[in-house]
Amino acid sequence: MKQTLYDKLWHQHVVHQESADPNSMALIYIDRHLVHEVTSPQAFESLKLAGRRPWRLNSILAVADHNVPTTDRSKGIHDPISRLQVDTLDQNCDELGITEFKMQDVRQGIVHVIGPEQGATLPGMTVVCGDSHTSTHGAFGCLAFGIGTSEVEHVLATQCLLMKKSKTMRISVDGQLGFGVTAKDIALAIIGKIGTAGGTGYAIEFAGSAIRALSMEGRMTLCNMAIEAGARAGMVAVDDITIEYIKGRPFAPRDDLWDKALPYWRSLHSDEDALFDRTVTLEAAIIAPQVTWGTSPEMVTTIDGNIPDPALVADEVKRHDMQQALTYMGLQANTPIQQIYLDKIFIGSCTNSRIEDLRAAAGIIKGKHIATNIKQALVVPGSGLVKQQAEQEGLDRIFREAGFEWREPGCSMCLAMNDDRLTAGERCASTSNRNFEGRQGPGGRTHLVSPAMAAAAAIAGHFVDVRGLNG
Amino acid sequence: MNKFDTFTGLVAPLDRANVDTDAIIPKQFLKSIKRSGFGQNLFDEWRYLDHGEPGMDSAQRQINPDFVLNQSRYQGAEILLARANFGCGSSREHAPWSLQDYGFRVIIAPSFADIFFNNCFKIGLLPIVLDSSIVDRLFEAVKQAEGYRLTVDLQKQAVVTADDQEYVFEVDIFRKHCLLNGLDEIGLTLQHAEKIKQFEQKRRIEQPWLFA
Repeated sequence: MKQTLYDKLWHQHVVHQESADPNSMALIYIDRHLVHEVTSPQAFESLKLAGRRPWRLNSILAVADHNVPTTDRSKGIHDPISRLQVDTLDQNCDELGITEFKMQDVRQGIVHVIGPEQGATLPGMTVVCGDSHTSTHGAFGCLAFGIGTSEVEHVLATQCLLMKKSKTMRISVDGQLGFGVTAKDIALAIIGKIGTAGGTGYAIEFAGSAIRALSMEGRMTLCNMAIEAGARAGMVAVDDITIEYIKGRPFAPRDDLWDKALPYWRSLHSDEDALFDRTVTLEAAIIAPQVTWGTSPEMVTTIDGNIPDPALVADEVKRHDMQQALTYMGLQANTPIQQIYLDKIFIGSCTNSRIEDLRAAAGIIKGKHIATNIKQALVVPGSGLVKQQAEQEGLDRIFREAGFEWREPGCSMCLAMNDDRLTAGERCASTSNRNFEGRQGPGGRTHLVSPAMAAAAAIAGHFVDVRGLNG
Repeated sequence: MNKFDTFTGLVAPLDRANVDTDAIIPKQFLKSIKRSGFGQNLFDEWRYLDHGEPGMDSAQRQINPDFVLNQSRYQGAEILLARANFGCGSSREHAPWSLQDYGFRVIIAPSFADIFFNNCFKIGLLPIVLDSSIVDRLFEAVKQAEGYRLTVDLQKQAVVTADDQEYVFEVDIFRKHCLLNGLDEIGLTLQHAEKIKQFEQKRRIEQPWLFA
């Protein structure tokens, strides 16, 4: 039978199935378990209380990213509660012998940046982490998804998870993206089209010529936001771009093992004519740079658009939600997006903090300066190695000279668990993934955009169309 | 995990769609390394007028009188009636922990986000999907009748109104079994330990690069 990529990945990992019904609960083997400080302490504690130990230590890679400061780290973490959480991860890893990149390690960074960067994420794997943006790793032709703390403990104890097979959705994006249009814009355009619950119950495969043309970094950005479309897992088939990216990375196989892995990896694509439960198509050429205007990623429009008018929406619940969102965001219906002025700029997060993201932003701001109304502009690289690479390329200087702050790696203002945050009423152009109420700080107002769009907004002080800039 | 028994409980309505996990339990409370005590910060930014931080005494805080759960008629609610895509956003199990710690045992909505839905079962909180037209009807009923209660019978997979109207819901047979018997999933999985070892051994031979 013709199989989708998801079908192949699923069948490779079924250890046991509750009944002959393919939709019954299955026990799925987990190849890679990424661990961070926020969703693991309770799992380690319960594991210990039950007298159990991790099933397979070398499947686990740990890093602290949510609570870490992005300023000078030589004095440690000043917030005692954050410090305790990071210390607890360090202790658990030391005690059990788990590989961890500690805060002072140059390899430390956002868990979804360092997995691929280290080659710890490989095609054909099941990859889990107590974090919803684990979908990022699906860019490598893996089955990767976020789990809760009980499941973190379950994977630690058994190397498996109990789950049901998802439905499959193929989202095809064909044609060529316009100048200045990026994977982030594809992601937001998809969410605008299918909604934040559009992918609920599905595993999404991103396909089509525009996806094939994306770099691994672009594919990661896209898969990262599958969860924002409601899908626990997003994925892209393996091709030369995937394999080229992995080659030579520290955790990637070498020599004989590399040769052995290749034929299997190359089989990780949907069979021609494989059936999906749902298919969605988008035309790349008509995707414009996207800007969210509300408090859900589906509340999105194009840079040349206006804020929609709730009065024109028939559905009562939806109209009410839009009105609530506009009140929270301090915006009026029908305002042109390009007339929205900003207070802060955030370039970072597991969505957009990789080297190509930083290059795209630096390309826009080179030789310019942030507008006077911008109170703060942050660049937070995704990992210590991304930071190092950017510094070698001189990007840090471009950012600093433009008035940006050049920070240490971590989740930072994406969710504001450390000191980087918006204060009430502040408006931010952010390259992160969620514009929920309070996400970047209580009362903070988030507009999701691509790195190039965030950079352009920093210079202009308001949103502008990157397609009109020369770079 | 406690067994899930049939019960009749007070219903509270939360009339907005896409309630996300940041709204259910804001990030500053995720710094805790404990599993309990999150109930006082459930819906923190909606429930209180002042800004909440870990360690604050919730009895001393300014209550938002307009937030539905603060109304006296909904005190002691055990069933939360919600709208579509409830629990969207992050994988934080702190969201179900806070709902359960507050006192909710059941959440009824037309749809839930996948990870949240899954996390609920792991701790014995039951998410029930009912058709949106039924949910609409229940919202009307709750708003009109103070003290509106529903009975949740998991064995029969039914939500039952005081006048014996039954709304049947779907639940996975394995999850139902675990809830009704209060079973520990890790213990159940470890009954298959030999099978996991065999699977792993086979994988080690076929895909040795995964174990290097």
